[in-house]
Amino acid sequence: MSADKPQRRRERIDRGIKVRTGGIYALMSWREMAYLISPRVLLIAGLLLLPLVMPGMYWKRVISIVCIYALLALAFDFLAHYVGLVSLGGAFFVGVGGYLSALLNTKMGLSPLLCVPGAALTGGVVCTLLLMPCLPLRGVYFAIVTLMYPLFLARVIEALDILGGTDGILGIDSFPSPWLEQYFVIIVVLVLLFGLRRLVNTDLGLVLRAVKDNDQAVKASAMNITRYKAMAVFIASSIGCLAGACIVHIYMWAGISTFALDFSVLPIAATVIGGSGTLVGPLIGCLILVPVSELLRDFGTLRIVFYSLILLAFIVFRSEGLMIYGQRKYHQLERWKAI
Amino acid sequence: MKAEPILQVREVTKTFGGIIALNRLSFDVFEGEILGIIGPNGSGKTTVVNCITGFIKPSDGRVLFRGNDITARPPHKIADLGVTRTFQIMRPYYSLPAYKNLVIPLFSPRARRTGGWRGGGRMGDRNTVGIDILEEIGFERDSYVPYKTTSTLPTGYLKRLELARCLALKPELIICDEVFSGLSMSEIASMVPLIERLQMDGITLIMIEHRLRELFQVANRVMVLNFGEKLVEGGAEEVMADSRVREAYFGSEKVEEVMVHA
Repeated sequence: MSADKPQRRRERIDRGIKVRTGGIYALMSWREMAYLISPRVLLIAGLLLLPLVMPGMYWKRVISIVCIYALLALAFDFLAHYVGLVSLGGAFFVGVGGYLSALLNTKMGLSPLLCVPGAALTGGVVCTLLLMPCLPLRGVYFAIVTLMYPLFLARVIEALDILGGTDGILGIDSFPSPWLEQYFVIIVVLVLLFGLRRLVNTDLGLVLRAVKDNDQAVKASAMNITRYKAMAVFIASSIGCLAGACIVHIYMWAGISTFALDFSVLPIAATVIGGSGTLVGPLIGCLILVPVSELLRDFGTLRIVFYSLILLAFIVFRSEGLMIYGQRKYHQLERWKAI
Repeated sequence: MKAEPILQVREVTKTFGGIIALNRLSFDVFEGEILGIIGPNGSGKTTVVNCITGFIKPSDGRVLFRGNDITARPPHKIADLGVTRTFQIMRPYYSLPAYKNLVIPLFSPRARRTGGWRGGGRMGDRNTVGIDILEEIGFERDSYVPYKTTSTLPTGYLKRLELARCLALKPELIICDEVFSGLSMSEIASMVPLIERLQMDGITLIMIEHRLRELFQVANRVMVLNFGEKLVEGGAEEVMADSRVREAYFGSEKVEEVMVHA
């Protein structure tokens, strides 16, 4: 380096911001503030603008479906990585929430905007009660039971010919307008995403994470772990039921296919791709996977082949998930500093 | 020392399949004392802890805490009464910073009830209370240590963290399952005054140990277990002088040999 050039070196932007731990920040300037806020703003603004830039009804509908899956993936990520309960229950939550909202709408005549939160809360209670027996157990039981319930309920509805049987419940009201539908699901996703991120860092959230880390130590700390697991299952299943309630109002139909295993599997794939344990990763994963699966429709039966190849590529080359990779790279950003 | 037993273990038996881990074991722990429990490997020391704290259910017998039967109650209810334990294999929350580990016990119903770490009333911020407890137990407040992710801490601090978790519950009885094992001599030397201070604060302790010299420094009474049965109970010198204890530790042949040579 020649002497007349000003001396400078590269410095990581986040070094001054993060002090002592990742949990405590020290902000010194609006630039540092912007460094922290811009990814969040990008996500929020991007999601809110999506319906405006999407061409045609078809792709607008795809955005709603992305958000539905994002809710399920969010619930999965929360339960699996913050409470230690691996849930295969996406289909279970969607089915329960969907049928409840359909009943509230067709039998009691409530508007969809009331049915959805109503179904989310009652569905959360129903799912939590049904899952209660396997909460004191450790291991794979929770996963098995959550996988079993949707199959069980679908067959019960079919065999007993209740709730419309194989025809399903018809004549469900749609959201008052397509715009309302889009923005309703988008805002719900954003609120729940940031809400959950906040929750896992509160004292209650720490207790939930501790149950995952070390349940024996939580017991030794005079706390009933089954109670906290039930609380977490209620939160996650309410989110899942909310997604299910939205979907029946979007399709204006609730049938046995709301118990389809797609609702269990795709959110898990999205979580893997997006980065598990980040909560925002699952949303990113859904934003990629759902449209890709729509684009591949043209390939007919080959669709599943391409879809599997994409998943495989992600698992082989970016098994940590996009969000974790992106976060690391973002934290490694450097700037020039004069010395 | 008051002559009132805080914990009574009565004829507790635990079998694992055909193995008898504890055989009709009875003992008392008195308020304010430190009881040491020693014994060779596999003599049932940790099983005693698990039976008292509810982590395993005794096959037979009863455990009384302040006269109330706590046998086979769930662990969180027993801990709620103030009977706390440390784990031999440390069980911290590895993904959290050290001081956040204490938020969990401080969130418990017992901590909310007993609260008031800083002179009564509401408890205040759990993080500050947590750091206060860590300082008490030997984490330097102004160093990086309390803020580090727990998985990066050395064994000595993890053992202290186990004790800190108990202290956060304002315990009446702490059962320490080998807090000295795995520590260097200097680490143990700094732990001993800590244990003595806990006793001065009126906390009763049961200490399960392999490090006999350090245990004898602090323990008022020592009980020796072998094959799930109580061999001897009494003061340190008294216990170590007992031929049955030597036999259990060194094997009977050697003792005979020693005696022959003597």
